[in-house]
Amino acid sequence: MSLAANALSLTLGGTRVIDAVSASFAPGRVTAILGPNGAGKTSLLSCLAGLRSPDSGTVTLSGTPRQQIPPRELARCIGYLPQSADVHWDVDVATLVALGRFPHRGRWGETPADTQAITAALAATDTATLSHRIVNTLSGGERSRVLLARVIAGTPKWLLADEPLASLDPAHQLDILDCLRKIASAGAGVVVVLHDLNQAAHVADDVLLMRGGRVIAHGPPETVLTPDLIAATYGVTAHIGTIGDGQRYIVTTGRST
Amino acid sequence: MNTRRLTLMLAALVAAMALSMLAGKVWLPAQAWSPTDPRWLIIVELRLPRTILAAIVGAGLGLSGAAMQGYLRNPLADPGLFGVSAAAALGAVVSMFFGFTLFWLLPAFALAGAAAAMALLALLVGRSGSMIVFTLGGVIIASIAGSLTAMVISLAPTPYATSQIITWLMGALTDRSWADVWIALPLTAAGMALLALTGPSLDALTLGEPAARSMGVDPARLQRLIVVGVGLCVGAAVAAAGVIGFVGLMVPHLVRPFAGHRPSAVLLPSAIGGALLLVLADSLIRIAPTVSELRLGIAMSMLGGPFFLVLLLRLRRTLP
Repeated sequence: MSLAANALSLTLGGTRVIDAVSASFAPGRVTAILGPNGAGKTSLLSCLAGLRSPDSGTVTLSGTPRQQIPPRELARCIGYLPQSADVHWDVDVATLVALGRFPHRGRWGETPADTQAITAALAATDTATLSHRIVNTLSGGERSRVLLARVIAGTPKWLLADEPLASLDPAHQLDILDCLRKIASAGAGVVVVLHDLNQAAHVADDVLLMRGGRVIAHGPPETVLTPDLIAATYGVTAHIGTIGDGQRYIVTTGRST
Repeated sequence: MNTRRLTLMLAALVAAMALSMLAGKVWLPAQAWSPTDPRWLIIVELRLPRTILAAIVGAGLGLSGAAMQGYLRNPLADPGLFGVSAAAALGAVVSMFFGFTLFWLLPAFALAGAAAAMALLALLVGRSGSMIVFTLGGVIIASIAGSLTAMVISLAPTPYATSQIITWLMGALTDRSWADVWIALPLTAAGMALLALTGPSLDALTLGEPAARSMGVDPARLQRLIVVGVGLCVGAAVAAAGVIGFVGLMVPHLVRPFAGHRPSAVLLPSAIGGALLLVLADSLIRIAPTVSELRLGIAMSMLGGPFFLVLLLRLRRTLP
């Protein structure tokens, strides 16, 4: 079962934001989408999530075009964590996380499977102790974990997250990345838009490098996050080193000409 | 909202309806409650339909307000924003302009006005399901209908017709009969049934439109339910009682402290609360020692204006 983009193109307001993008994502792996602002990362994720229809090309799930899958089935299969963290009413954490069960809801209220999934999602994100708090009173770190718990509660086979680390401090960023890692280890496919090269190197099994709506490179971080490709994508000079346990770090030192 | 609180609200509604049956220029003591008493006619032919009508109109407006606020994710949204009540009022005013005397013509014209506004709104919004177009479209329809209403009033053939129209526009439930109930009841019931279906989707919208769509909410279907549901409730309310504002704005706020903020949890309590508010207000204006009865629409505006202001001040304090 794989999620794939086949020659996707999308034009928004006269600009080609995605240009003939083909990429296949495997379950059980974390794929980080990287690229400069305006590279088409969010647009690609929206197309994968079915929120935008590409002008041409198809998104397929295990080879079946997205349009041929019933919307409810699709919603159960793909969990989407938008960049916007708005919560419009003063609902508590338990209520918000329960919303994740929307695609599964039956006619007669919450089933044992729902309760189990919600409890598991709260545990996975370490938010069980917050369940009676009002979401809009939480700190940024707590809030991000709760919003992630909402997606996890839907037990999706694919989790698509759009910059889930924005405005978080380093410790809370690591918390979210660890959650994503755990979800992938449990068998789901994770596709996440990131901005930080080191976080991508830390969490990702695969990196999809984009620029100007096109794919520059797609593969394991060791082969994709190289000084040459980083320079070609971002136009910056990068130095790559390793620390004791073999983990790589990337330092950017200035614009490359 | 738990069952106990809902039961309490329903009990309060029944008590308010009982008060509404008793209260008025003529108080009806226990002896009057017998078919042999001449005052029985007041009960059956005047008080009962008026009370039931107040409950129907209030329930429809309260539920419409709760659904609109959930849909637009805006606590200041009101069915009046939508242009339907203004268009329904225009329809009614046109029928009065021509001096039609058949009792069902005024409601028929009001409903035609509401239906026209709904159709126009649906046409404006198209298939986009966009909330901004929806809101602006409603505001535009409301202002066009308002100006046309003013034009009809200014062209009225006699001063009597002018005063009749203006009085009607103020909204009231005086001298309503069973015929009005039989028009308002099925329409409001149908509208409320449609709005009751929106609950889960409104909950999902708490997370914003993209997240809701990713969870399988169909924005076009939701918008249809809201447009037709609110249109039926508000159209029927205006046809029965004229323009009565602020019910849809106030009631959801009054029930949220007890029902919680989840949009679907606010729906049913808002329907009961709307009925309770209008039945109570309509009883109080009959008890109030005024020379001529205060119009219900005016009473609600006098209550609603300050309420709106307090709401705005409280909201402003929470803004950065």
